[in-house]
Amino acid sequence: MDKTKTRNVKFILGLTLTGIILVMMIAGIVHTPYDPMAMDLSAKLEGVSFKHIMGCDNFGRDIFSRVLVGVRETMFVAAAVVFIGTFVGIIIGTVTGYFGGWVDEILMRFNDAVLAFPSVLLALLVIGIMGGGTKALIIALGIAFVPSFARIIRGEVLRIRNLDYIQCVRLYGASHLRIIVVHILPNLRTVLLSSVLIGFNNAVLAEAGMSYLGMGAQPPYPSLGLMLSEAQGVIYSNPWNAVFPGLVIVIMILGFSLLSDSLEKKT
Amino acid sequence: MKAFKKLWRLIFLSATLTVALCACGGDKAGDASAHITIGIPQDLEETLDPHEAMAAGTREILFNIYEGLVKPNSNGELIPAVADEFSVSDDGLTYTFHLRKGVKFHNGSDVTAEDVLYSIGRNADPSSETAYASAFSNVKEYKADGENIVITLNQKDNDFLQSMTIGIIPKDVTDIATNPVGTGPYMYVSRSPQENVILKRFKDYWGEKAYIEDVTLKICSNADSIVMDLLGGSVDFFARITSAQAAQLKDADFNIEEGTMNLVQAMYLNNAVEPFTNEKVRQALCYAVDPKEIINLAFDGKGTELGSSMFPAFGKYFVKEINDVYDVDLEKAKELLKEAGYPDGFSFTIKVPSNYQPHIDTAQVIAEQLKKIGVTAEIKLVEWESWLSDVYIGRDYEATVVGVDASQMTARAMLERFTSDSSKNFVNFKSDAYDAAFNNAISTTDDAKATEYYKECEWILAREAANVYIQDLAEMVAINKKYTGYEFYPIYVLDIAKIKPVK
Repeated sequence: MDKTKTRNVKFILGLTLTGIILVMMIAGIVHTPYDPMAMDLSAKLEGVSFKHIMGCDNFGRDIFSRVLVGVRETMFVAAAVVFIGTFVGIIIGTVTGYFGGWVDEILMRFNDAVLAFPSVLLALLVIGIMGGGTKALIIALGIAFVPSFARIIRGEVLRIRNLDYIQCVRLYGASHLRIIVVHILPNLRTVLLSSVLIGFNNAVLAEAGMSYLGMGAQPPYPSLGLMLSEAQGVIYSNPWNAVFPGLVIVIMILGFSLLSDSLEKKT
Repeated sequence: MKAFKKLWRLIFLSATLTVALCACGGDKAGDASAHITIGIPQDLEETLDPHEAMAAGTREILFNIYEGLVKPNSNGELIPAVADEFSVSDDGLTYTFHLRKGVKFHNGSDVTAEDVLYSIGRNADPSSETAYASAFSNVKEYKADGENIVITLNQKDNDFLQSMTIGIIPKDVTDIATNPVGTGPYMYVSRSPQENVILKRFKDYWGEKAYIEDVTLKICSNADSIVMDLLGGSVDFFARITSAQAAQLKDADFNIEEGTMNLVQAMYLNNAVEPFTNEKVRQALCYAVDPKEIINLAFDGKGTELGSSMFPAFGKYFVKEINDVYDVDLEKAKELLKEAGYPDGFSFTIKVPSNYQPHIDTAQVIAEQLKKIGVTAEIKLVEWESWLSDVYIGRDYEATVVGVDASQMTARAMLERFTSDSSKNFVNFKSDAYDAAFNNAISTTDDAKATEYYKECEWILAREAANVYIQDLAEMVAINKKYTGYEFYPIYVLDIAKIKPVK
């Protein structure tokens, strides 16, 4: 089969799945069919119906509404985490890659140390110090994500720095800052794009995992991981409570993976 | 085609990852009836000293290791244990206990009168700071007379016999906190922090020996995975499950037994922090929170509504009418908030121990109910250990939802906590009227009068809205069909020795 064709299939599929998620996210911001926190005794553990298309949980809360808000929450945390990761990663990566020397040595050895530490454990540690909650989770995961970004950027900067045109600009007497901002940073975008997409995926999973462990969003606020964890108590009598949030996580990750996969090869 | 293969792999991978998040099973327990694995929601305290441990979850296990001169049975009556008989003088001041012959400690030595005197002395010594020190402050003299232990009191105390349930420990074991040695039906073997505690049947026990040889107490601090642990077979027994969890287990290999937990579940308020320093604010919360709805939503209608720090198992001390002090009245609640200077409500944080699903569920419903009067309650889950150190000991919190019990079946043990300078007064409740009523209760020798004073204490707690009282939880116990014989106690106790394999 033609290689470009499968790539296109991947691209379209990825785009569709991501589109579904984005629509859900926007719905979560703009309007949910029910108040995701409102409890209703009469709807307790109700099954799938036209009124509640994903059923209701143990407190009679509409699961569809909670999933919509949960998607919003997960996307927000993942985006914030990736933003922190790339932002700090770019600073560290360019400084170390461009200047080298002892700054490079110190920062990168420190980087290695953080990288060598399992990221979930690191996040647990930070959350342990800061106490749970969304804010703590973002900072914790952000810190855990910095090293991998820094490493990728540094490698790329190191490569570009020695290219002829940079040498040329340097001969013209351009300042370090100008070289970095005008001549190096724009060339990082291809590397950045794919690592951001992959990073985003990891962040989604990490958020779900941490919320599942009770470290992220605090009840009654919905988050996909937390919903999975809550559904675990009723998984045999009401499996739908776990299936829907789980399915949404699968769609989310699959969509972004396909998208990053196809984009990576195109560029 | 290769690309499609990769795609499938990706789908498969992301699907299994989600499933993996869902299922955190454990290893299978052995089938032999010589062993049982009991799930407990938190690790025991650092200290296993029977006179120091204060958490209900620790004491309910220590019940199996230590015994007092007398001990409670499942009807709440005191029966002879290390002593085989006892008598009280007519004036109620002198107690005489006769030591039972042939009672051995787990380390093999016999229980002597010196051991008993040592155990009493640890609590009765004026400089003693044990959990029972205040109950023993009334002891004038204690001495051995042959095989009798004679205790004399300063004044008559109808509850004193309850204090004799304190564990008897050998006087020559100095590291009792880490090396528990008692006379109970089970002996301590080892513990791995946050993982398990191992007990073994004491073969030289004086009374009816326990049925099951080896007991593993497995710490299941993740409230959500308890059903998984039970169904997966890594836990055979779990006390205090929720009705939703019980519904999952009914069709499986488990019997669900029902009783009451014998504790006071409430949203405990830190009376020393704004805005809870204001009585009107506390009353407003009481008017806004509807225990009935909580019981219906989160507990399938099972539970007994409470209005003060006292539960029905206490019999004559329990006053049913106190529950009617606050009927749900949102208008009144808003009115009170306005008077207190919070017309637009306020926000506060409820810290809830993350290993207790019933309390988490309750907090969620409370948060929803308080929205109706404009009060925002944020829930913050904390680990049990940090709850104990920050909330209970450090008193660094605004509100918390937990259950509080009494170390003994006495009104004093239940109510002394709320006197202004009690070290256990973690809610910082301060009321002169309460202190006066309590002091009257403990200083009078007339039992009927004392009961009246204790009841007055309960009324004050309700009227001054020390806390938002909710319920005595229904206790549902999941027990594998391989075992039987579990007995409910009117106090917070888990009597493992009564559990036996089904023949």
